[in-house]
Amino acid sequence: MRRVRWSVLLACLVLAVATQARVEILSFDTPADEARYNKLIAELRCLVCQNQNLADSNAELAVDLRRKTYEMVSQGKSEQEIADYMVERYGEFVLYRPPLTKNTLLLWAGPFIILLIGVSLLIRTILRRRVEQDAGVDAASIQNAASLLDSEREKRDA
Amino acid sequence: MTRTAIPLAIFLGLAGLFWYVLQQMNQGEYNPRSVPTQFIGRTAPEFALPDLMDPDSIVRTSDMAGQVWLLNVWGTWCPECWKEHEYLIHLATREQVPIIGINWRDDAAEAKSMLARMGNPFARVGFDPKSDAVIDWGVYGAPETFLIDAEGIVREKHTGALNPQVWQSKFKPYFDAAAGAS
Repeated sequence: MRRVRWSVLLACLVLAVATQARVEILSFDTPADEARYNKLIAELRCLVCQNQNLADSNAELAVDLRRKTYEMVSQGKSEQEIADYMVERYGEFVLYRPPLTKNTLLLWAGPFIILLIGVSLLIRTILRRRVEQDAGVDAASIQNAASLLDSEREKRDA
Repeated sequence: MTRTAIPLAIFLGLAGLFWYVLQQMNQGEYNPRSVPTQFIGRTAPEFALPDLMDPDSIVRTSDMAGQVWLLNVWGTWCPECWKEHEYLIHLATREQVPIIGINWRDDAAEAKSMLARMGNPFARVGFDPKSDAVIDWGVYGAPETFLIDAEGIVREKHTGALNPQVWQSKFKPYFDAAAGAS
């Protein structure tokens, strides 16, 4: 029984490695290079499986684009230079965080506009509910109550 | 009344939108996966790749300066490339179109055997197993065909298999104009 448990554990450990897409073993001159590489492959889109970034994708083109990124990082190219190189070839679509331009305005502002709509609907609903609760006592009843109070007061004062 | 009308209107609006987009996709008017072309009107990137047939010799963009030519990216692993192969041979032999091939991410022996078996439409073929030139040209799938004019400017690009319609509408006018000018 114990041996079975150990072999299951071992299998889990071995298989866990297999689930990672990025398998290249790369060496960098400086930790800054490595950080730049990791940031870039997280923010560049794979053109084949378009909802994945280069880091997550195992498509052959993604592998080649990672290698290209690695080469450029090793040559000392800055993050901006490498991003510009990719944009020049594949368009702003390769960037997961495209710059704020007229074309991408809706993309950037969209979530906030939707949030604004949601919040305003929420506020309207709350306000309307409050008015409905208030309206549970209508004007005639209030008047009735006031006149009753007034007559009580008159009786007492008299 | 409005309580049901508003969600119903939203639903119908979205359903209509989705139906319209699907319709456009079926007709080939809209492809959500296509990436906008970056190279039209720009100077063609220079590549230098070993010749598939003779690895000691180098195939370059600048070899073709002064003429209108096609650059075709292909691989033996790409079924669409098999499909267009016969048409490429037609263009090369009947229309005398100079076509330079880039054999992409392939095995040299397999690529050569495919050309031997199916015919070779290419004036020369650059061998690019590691996507060096392919990335430089912004290619993300095969087949892809570029038209480069005599001044070395990329004028047209077609993603997917070449066919008579695409040739007539996109590429032929440039060759006709060049033939008329000379």
